[in-house]
Amino acid sequence: MTTHYTPVAKALHWLIALLLFGLLALGFYMQDLPLSPQKLQLYAWHKWAGVTVFLLVLVRLAWRVTHRPPPLPEHMPRVMQLAAHAGHVLLYALMIAIPLSGWLMSSAKGFQTVWFGVLPIPDLLDKNRELGDLLQTVHLSLNLFFVVVLIGHIGAALKHHFIDRDDVLTRMLPARNLEP
Amino acid sequence: MTMKPTLKPMILALTLAAALPWSSHAAEYRQVQADQSAITFAYQQMGVTMDGKFNRFTAQLSFDPERPEAANATVDVDLASIDTGSAESDQEVAGKVWFNTPAFPTARFETRSVKALGDHRYEAAGQLTIKGKTQDVVVPATFTAQGKAGVFEGRFTLRRGDFAIGEGPWAKFDVVANDVQIQFRITANAGE
Repeated sequence: MTTHYTPVAKALHWLIALLLFGLLALGFYMQDLPLSPQKLQLYAWHKWAGVTVFLLVLVRLAWRVTHRPPPLPEHMPRVMQLAAHAGHVLLYALMIAIPLSGWLMSSAKGFQTVWFGVLPIPDLLDKNRELGDLLQTVHLSLNLFFVVVLIGHIGAALKHHFIDRDDVLTRMLPARNLEP
Repeated sequence: MTMKPTLKPMILALTLAAALPWSSHAAEYRQVQADQSAITFAYQQMGVTMDGKFNRFTAQLSFDPERPEAANATVDVDLASIDTGSAESDQEVAGKVWFNTPAFPTARFETRSVKALGDHRYEAAGQLTIKGKTQDVVVPATFTAQGKAGVFEGRFTLRRGDFAIGEGPWAKFDVVANDVQIQFRITANAGE
């Protein structure tokens, strides 16, 4: 019986988590900066990192559907189990929707995304100021929602660890003392 | 005189030729049609091609395809009419370190000489003045007659550094490239 996530699932979880915290911090910080070369540079980095996370999330989804995660603890009520699954689905949905909204916003604003300054990502939308502003609101709203869901995710993990005292959090941590 | 009988058909032929539509070669294009003209620009920003346009400009030109070397043109671009694609950037480029629009509201191109290269291609050498700085530029253009109108199209590259467009923090070209491609399409109707 597997009690831990696979090393690949763990690596993807923590790599994406690290990048997401950087992306969120950078995103909220850079939007209020006055226009400067630094601001344009930060926007470019944010977009490159966003595309990277999007691709990692696709890899992670592919891994998730082909590798069954360890089951939730028996002691959890049915409704809490459902809530946990719904929360995870929501996290995945937002990790797909947020980069897509950012990409479409960039397209509509006329700033094409060129991944690492090398690989141009096609613009799906034509330049359109109103649509660009609308997508900016969508991108921001999705991110605020994402922050709320993330707080729920982290809060739930900590509750499992410190209150329920089960292995829900530790099984996503590096396996220090893997028992046979 | 014995020449008279041969002269008559010749005069007739010349009169006929002058009456045919294709012989209206004296057309001179000088009435610029603003609504069918456009000046756009493009540049690289961290490897990304960005473009924009100027919504207002005036042009005085006179061009006779039969005598291109006598042609001349003056184009004045209202720099405050720039459309970079975002309100924030439009505001930024009006500032001191970019165009300094309050002090230098227009960019002007004035031809000094025009050369025909054949096959409807021409080269206009002239002076470009932006932000109080004047540079000699050579602008290649094509001319196409479309009915009553004539369309001049072309593009050339200017270096923003030559005109101090983007000083201070923008003076380096790592984020906003030095080369700016200017593209134009100017339609002028033939006058008398």
